[in-house]
Amino acid sequence: MKKSNNIFKKIADKAYKYGFISNINTEIIDKGLNEDVIRLISSKKNEPEWLLEFRLKAYRYWLTLEMPNWAHLNIPPIDYQAISYYADPLKKKKSNENKEIDPELMKTFDKLGIPLEERLALSNTAVDAVMDSVSVKTTFKEELREKGIIFCSMSEAVQEFPDLVQQYLGSVVNYRDNFFAALNSAVFSDGSFVYIPKGVRCPMELSTYFRINAAQTGQFERTLIVADDDSYVSYLEGCTAPMRDENQLHAAIVEIVVCNNAEVKYSTVQNWYPGDAQGRGGIYNFVTKRGECRGTNSKLSWTQVETGSAITWKYPSCVLRGDNSQGEFYSVALTNNFQQADTGTKMIHLGKNCRSTIISKGISAGQSQNSYRGLVRVAKNADNARNYSQCDSLLLGSRCGAHTFPYMDIHNDSAIIEHEATTSKISEEQLFYCNQRGIDTEEAIGLIVNGYAKEVLNKLPMEFAIEAQKLLSVSLEGSVG
Amino acid sequence: MIEKMENLLEIKNLHATIEGKEILKGINLTVKPGEVHAIMGPNGSGKSTLSNVLVGHPAYTVTDGEVIYKGKNLLELSPEDRSHEGVFLSFQYPVEIAGVSMTNFMRAAINAKLKYKGEPAMSAGDFLKLMREKRALVNLDSKLANRSVNEGFSGGEKKRNEIFQMAMLEPSLSILDETDSGLDIDALRIVAEGVNKLKRPDTSTLVITHYQRLLDYIKPDIVHVLYNGRIVKTAGPELALELEERGYDWIKNENQ
Repeated sequence: MKKSNNIFKKIADKAYKYGFISNINTEIIDKGLNEDVIRLISSKKNEPEWLLEFRLKAYRYWLTLEMPNWAHLNIPPIDYQAISYYADPLKKKKSNENKEIDPELMKTFDKLGIPLEERLALSNTAVDAVMDSVSVKTTFKEELREKGIIFCSMSEAVQEFPDLVQQYLGSVVNYRDNFFAALNSAVFSDGSFVYIPKGVRCPMELSTYFRINAAQTGQFERTLIVADDDSYVSYLEGCTAPMRDENQLHAAIVEIVVCNNAEVKYSTVQNWYPGDAQGRGGIYNFVTKRGECRGTNSKLSWTQVETGSAITWKYPSCVLRGDNSQGEFYSVALTNNFQQADTGTKMIHLGKNCRSTIISKGISAGQSQNSYRGLVRVAKNADNARNYSQCDSLLLGSRCGAHTFPYMDIHNDSAIIEHEATTSKISEEQLFYCNQRGIDTEEAIGLIVNGYAKEVLNKLPMEFAIEAQKLLSVSLEGSVG
Repeated sequence: MIEKMENLLEIKNLHATIEGKEILKGINLTVKPGEVHAIMGPNGSGKSTLSNVLVGHPAYTVTDGEVIYKGKNLLELSPEDRSHEGVFLSFQYPVEIAGVSMTNFMRAAINAKLKYKGEPAMSAGDFLKLMREKRALVNLDSKLANRSVNEGFSGGEKKRNEIFQMAMLEPSLSILDETDSGLDIDALRIVAEGVNKLKRPDTSTLVITHYQRLLDYIKPDIVHVLYNGRIVKTAGPELALELEERGYDWIKNENQ
């Protein structure tokens, strides 16, 4: 089978469609991290004193920490003094207070398929567009506000709704949670703020699109979603970055609060620049995402399609505090070339009669390493906890790795926990069968991979699902030769 | 008229190896449009190798000889282009592809072929109509079309599914590799009837089989005996009956 072994040998770079750099006047603060930098960020954003204190506390705590090394990742040392922590593509034009958007910026988002003019917008989707450290524009803000829904950038929320922000910020992910959470809490810039009032079903999909443009900067997104009693919202997140030989850091925190009978669906299509075929460049995506089902009968569902980033370290989790609450995690994580991913979830059962579901589909190609890491914890008083976990791995070729690290921490005898895991390979006979029917190898892999990921893709809103399907196929281009 | 007389397939002195071992040792075979050829032979004679080489299976290496198909050098074409040019193999052991529905699979196959021919993709409506029509030819249950490719299919269903795909793709040259293996007599009849219904004056079939019984249903024009990598005997349909009666030993003895 000499010849057929070559099938998986990658020959070409993957085609990354979003690797362009936009020429936008951007104000970038000097590299380095210290208390002055944090004060500078806070003053640029005209923040209240309590928020500066929050940042400084986090920073001082961060200084005492070491980077965690328990993940199945090989992370080169990061020089935190070599990064600029704030880049504002809206500044530099002091001519008018109106904050006129640089046309180049609008063009960039058009090119990314995220038109920022409402008349051109994707049907029924409001967008908060964030470039580097700043939210550039949020669409349909006013329409949503009429229903009492707050959808705006975090910076704006701090100005307009400081009480709400102060009440919830850090209430799900404490700044002491972990190394990157502490760093983010110290230097975070924009992300989105969502508040759905009692009894309101958000009439559109809300979304945030994160774009890194400036070089040698880090992006420290902070998003906070609060769904009050009996409310519903579906939120989407997308992201891309230019192709560069240097790595760039994206360290985000997403916090979600779900109150009584409320439901939040959070979907991500993560397509940060993954680095080239030799493993040069790419984004380090070190993210803390967590939601708390505080209310009874509340529900939180995470769906993620992860194809980008050089290194991913990310565990969107659910704290099931309210009785009868439900947590879900649906994930497709694809790694190719030299990408590394250590991703999964935590389902923390605290309330009674809570249910959680974990469906994780890993796909490894090239020489990549792909790990699922998940924790199911059932606290002492969490009666009748129910968890179902399914972790599948699909390998393309023989030089990649798939790993599964399931942890269970069960303190209540009434818990019913199921765990299933499979590992499979796309066989050469399968590919040849497709070839014989006229389907070329890349398309065949796309078909098989999309079939494998179907269960998760079906959870995405329609337009996203189609995008994600294409993305999975494109991300494997060059994984066959 | 002259074109009609031309050979569809011409195999000349074909040698092929797998993992360095020579299996085909100089095959010569000519197939004209409309003909049904049976290739029989004892186990290990090279029957499956021949079918795999014709469709470009990457495990096999052609070391000598040539294959001319529709006037083209077949061996230079990729497996998918051979398919687009109308070469179809009904696999002896159809592989299962989890997660890929038969519908999506066939749609990808049909659209790839249309693209190769420079024609626009088929609409969903037309495609489903075509699926229904062709399914009826081999009595393939509509449930099977919604399942993943060959997954959980019985032996008979898998073979019927092969003939269904053949009906969808309308090949010029169909190679049936041991299509009778693992089939009971009813399944065999259904499969053979499907093949017969698909036969057109300009299409040809290579029936590769160990046993005569399939040839009761699919009548060959010419029967070849493959032994030790060569075609050692060629005759009319009566040869198949003779083999049924006498077995393969006399062939082996004649070719020691």
